[in-house]
Amino acid sequence: MFTYIFKRIGLIIPTFIGITLITFLIIQLAPGDPAAMKLQGAGPGGLKSEAMAKTVIAQTRELYGLNEPLYKQYGLWLKRLVTLDFGESFKDHRPVIDKIKETLPITLTLNIISIFIIYLISVPLGIFSALHPRSVIDKITTFALFVLYSLPSFWVASLLIVFLGGADYLNLFPIVGFVSDGASALPWYGWLGNVAWHLVLPVMCLTYGGFAFLSRLSRASVLEVIRQDYIRTARAKGLPRWKVVYKHVLRNAMIPFLTLMGTLLPALLGGSVIIEQIFSIPGMGRLSFESVLMRDYPTIMAIAAIDGVLTLVGILISDILYVVVDPRITFNKLD
Amino acid sequence: MDKGISYSRLVWSQFKRDRLAVAGLFIVLALFLAAILAPYLAPYSPTAYDLNSVLIGPCKAHLLGTDDQGRDVLSRLIYGARISLSVGFVAVSIYIAIGIIFGALAGYYGGWIDIVISRGIEVVMCFPTFFLILAILAFVGPSIYNIMIVIGLTGWTGIARLVRGEFLRIKGQDFVASAKVCGAGDMRVIFRHILPNALAPVLVSATFGVASAILAESSLSFLGFGVPPYVASWGGILSASRDFMDVAWWLTVAPGVAIFITITAYNLVGEGLRDAIDPRMK
Repeated sequence: MFTYIFKRIGLIIPTFIGITLITFLIIQLAPGDPAAMKLQGAGPGGLKSEAMAKTVIAQTRELYGLNEPLYKQYGLWLKRLVTLDFGESFKDHRPVIDKIKETLPITLTLNIISIFIIYLISVPLGIFSALHPRSVIDKITTFALFVLYSLPSFWVASLLIVFLGGADYLNLFPIVGFVSDGASALPWYGWLGNVAWHLVLPVMCLTYGGFAFLSRLSRASVLEVIRQDYIRTARAKGLPRWKVVYKHVLRNAMIPFLTLMGTLLPALLGGSVIIEQIFSIPGMGRLSFESVLMRDYPTIMAIAAIDGVLTLVGILISDILYVVVDPRITFNKLD
Repeated sequence: MDKGISYSRLVWSQFKRDRLAVAGLFIVLALFLAAILAPYLAPYSPTAYDLNSVLIGPCKAHLLGTDDQGRDVLSRLIYGARISLSVGFVAVSIYIAIGIIFGALAGYYGGWIDIVISRGIEVVMCFPTFFLILAILAFVGPSIYNIMIVIGLTGWTGIARLVRGEFLRIKGQDFVASAKVCGAGDMRVIFRHILPNALAPVLVSATFGVASAILAESSLSFLGFGVPPYVASWGGILSASRDFMDVAWWLTVAPGVAIFITITAYNLVGEGLRDAIDPRMK
């Protein structure tokens, strides 16, 4: 098992290099000079003359190694990456790693809660629908999930803000931020409650599409398994229904789910950008939006790298779970 | 003996039985018609200001109300359909082309070509796509054409994997061998013999793809990366509505419903097609 995991990690490295290389090239080949962008951040009146501006740009280019050939810049960046040194943000000169450390836990909390809720709702719902195909409840849930699946999340977010978080209709939930100002004075359970209260609406927006998608998938997957011969055999030899469902159907039907976890994470991280933006949550999604607008290269590179690593870890975990759940697959066979 | 019916006709006869899917198809066709005939259908110009009728609720003169500059929301929605539908269509066409080429090469030739392409697919799939799209758009500048190209360049992996799988399945079959024996070259075998047999799942995937491309376009327009504000687009109208959410609910509801209906219609067609092609999944 460990050799497999090591091999898998070995495969991660070229993928990781691919991801960072693509990001690096896109950023470098794009028009617009980061050094000039940085200067704009200095604000009007910051620099007296054209000539002085030019000197500052030249200095900045020197400082960040922007005059080096591309492959050297990339090599330099990779080398520092190993020591988790992502450089300084162009925007406010703070180390990028500090920004990541502040925002990543927020985004991870948001997304892990979302994944958990997605699985918690969709798996039982899908199983129930599949075990009672064409029943009234099946038809209703199938239809409702279909509708949910097609609702754009940023629109739902806008509606939720108007109807549940505004002064005009119901004012049930906060619509800004991850936690209230001054909440750190609360005891830990109060703080936790405050965070949970802030996360209700964003988590709703992040989850409903996912659980609509997964429920439909779990229904299809259970239906597929139920039609297999071994299920008929299990029933024929007199096993009680619950035992057939639990031991024979579910174990086989759940396999495709685990592999999905890997692809769910990048999808959620993408959705997180827009939801964090709408709800002003200071997470990595919002940071990525802001750094893209500011052309804050070091931050963009760091976020691409971290998103990539998170996704790869997600895929690795689902690969391992695959083997744990399905005895037909062993780590040796996967190669 | 009766004449055999063609595969596409078989699929169509299955598809017709699914009333929801047929309804979806009608909605899609109606939307295209509305987009094409926009100048004749729209009661007002989508860009004409009228500062005497700002933020009027739905009424007889303005069925869906007006926005903060007195522009008719219904007219803007009809013109906005042009943007959403063309982005969906063009972006998906781009990535189907890329996906088919890469998938066919990898599946047909195998070996190192397959390894390189499969690795490439893995890299692009691991990418936080939305972030990548955002980053590229920020650098090349927000425009509807850039959105089409960027969605096209990032969305092809699913199709490529699908086509690769189909090619692996089909290339060992007898008719492929006999085509080769008859002297057909690689290109002829790939495009004339294997590809037509691999297209059905691609079509299904493409239909769902159009829905998500439209969603992506409206998200990007919502964030301000689409057309300039005076041009009517659904995401753009939604984005502008945020400042008036408390006084003009129709500004938020109308474009959202338009996006929702379009996406639902495409998804219905996709489901119907999938069931028609593979009735097991019903």
